[in-house]
Amino acid sequence: MSMDAQPRFLKTEKRFFTFGEKGKGLVLESGAHFGPVTLAYETLGTLNKDKSNAVLICHALTGDSHVAGYYGEYEKKPGWWDTMVGPGKGIDTDRYFVICSNILGGCMGSSGPSSINPETGEPYALDFPLVTIGDMVNAQKKLVEFLGIERLHSVIGGSLGGMQALAWCYHYPDHVRSAVALATTLRHSALAIAFNEVARQAIVRDPNWDKGYYYSGEKPSMGLSVARMIGHITYLSDESMHQKFGRRLQGKDAFSFDFDTDFQVESYLRYQGAKFVDRFDANSLLYITKAADYFDLSRYADYQSALATLKKAATKFLVVSYTSDWLYPTYQSRDIVKVLKRNGLDVSFCEIEADCGHDAFLLPSDNLSGMITGFLSGLHGKGRG
Amino acid sequence: MRYDLTLIESWIQPGSRVLGLGCGEGDLLYALKTRKAVEERGIEISEKKVRACIEKGLSVIQGDINLELADYPDNSFDYVVLSQTMQQVYAPPELIRSMLRIGKKAVVSFPNFGHWRIRMQLLLSGYVPVTEQLPYHWYNTPNIRVLTIKDFKRFSNDVGFRILKEAAINTQERDMHGTIVTVFPNLRATYGLFLIGKD
Repeated sequence: MSMDAQPRFLKTEKRFFTFGEKGKGLVLESGAHFGPVTLAYETLGTLNKDKSNAVLICHALTGDSHVAGYYGEYEKKPGWWDTMVGPGKGIDTDRYFVICSNILGGCMGSSGPSSINPETGEPYALDFPLVTIGDMVNAQKKLVEFLGIERLHSVIGGSLGGMQALAWCYHYPDHVRSAVALATTLRHSALAIAFNEVARQAIVRDPNWDKGYYYSGEKPSMGLSVARMIGHITYLSDESMHQKFGRRLQGKDAFSFDFDTDFQVESYLRYQGAKFVDRFDANSLLYITKAADYFDLSRYADYQSALATLKKAATKFLVVSYTSDWLYPTYQSRDIVKVLKRNGLDVSFCEIEADCGHDAFLLPSDNLSGMITGFLSGLHGKGRG
Repeated sequence: MRYDLTLIESWIQPGSRVLGLGCGEGDLLYALKTRKAVEERGIEISEKKVRACIEKGLSVIQGDINLELADYPDNSFDYVVLSQTMQQVYAPPELIRSMLRIGKKAVVSFPNFGHWRIRMQLLLSGYVPVTEQLPYHWYNTPNIRVLTIKDFKRFSNDVGFRILKEAAINTQERDMHGTIVTVFPNLRATYGLFLIGKD
């Protein structure tokens, strides 16, 4: 096979951007000051001359800045949305300059409870301030400014990433030409808060959690793995669990009549839980789930004026939901659409038939890719700037 | 593009705001957007057709036209188009009123049930007519409202809207070509097209 026949190897690297030294950090929505702030990020594609082709991708709860491509030949798996992002893909890196950063409060290189507090030389642990989706977006704005971009062509995200995309539109209506909000909501529901609370309780009731200051000792792995198991249930659906596992037993023909693993679904959840503790920090999960629970764009006093600015700026929206998503069900996407319609904004909406639950937005889908390509192309030559 | 849609396109002022109800795969909206710089919006119930629209770069919402209009502010559009969908609308007076609330004008087109072939079918065969425009039997038809061109004119008085422009055309279901019918339109036209406004 000749070299030409091989697929193009999209190489990227993890970079870091730090701002807000010497008391010039972020003023958080809680009123607290925080700095310096570090964001881990990657970029793909090339920024064009007039800096008008930048697309910011916001990751979901446990994602990271590695959205697509490979860090190097050694890496076995590409970034988390490689099926959507790359040359000739739904978000075409031949056309767009793609940016993705790890969220504030995360544990994949950006400032979070597990990063080192420069004042003490120790991890922040619970000295890290509570952050909101708005704070995450404010930090991303600094990165976008640092990259020299005045107005993003689009902000795209699913789930918690979708909340960030919507928050971008609220906080910076003049700096986004469009937003794509997948499987997300304008305000976190009681159901979603309830699941998050169970996840948090699993962590804080782990004896190893030690009020959050566990970094020098044993980690609260048991609590974190249970938290992940709960999360996983909400990402699936009745239908997908029925198809994937049914009532099939794991490695046995009969019940064990004890509390070992009997069913495949149990085994799957335990595996997912155990795998997760190796890559994720328990405190980060507490902070990020809390940020999601606080999310409610309609609580802001100047929410209406942001909508008016978005109308003036001719910002376009694409909202997508999935039929079997019970974490952020379709009615919540329709609520977003309703608000945008009432305020005269340009919005497209599609409910994709899928039986795999909330996770559907991350799975390879020509349907979603086609719509995103069309939506991003449809923006050219329309609206301001 | 279908002949009736070409005719509707010719009625729309360039640069206007247009909402297409039951816009299908967006043929009319795409033509209006690219050829007349129209600011387009659409509502379509089928996921597959909505995807086809969004892939073309059109702004379309997946939803039911009976439910989706309520959210739009008054006079959001210059035209609201209901093309060959009237026969499937549950409450036509309410829908027309909503269309003329959110739009300054509306365009309505429908298959003419007064066409002579339909009249002859019922008269001679005794069965409920099945035609190219309305190709279903009584037991499986989605077309719950069949009407004639004359019916629509009487409807305008009953509901209270003005007919600003009308055309009776002779064309087949997916036909790109057609003719305007001026003589005995209610007998000879397969479709009726109306531009309507507030009373």
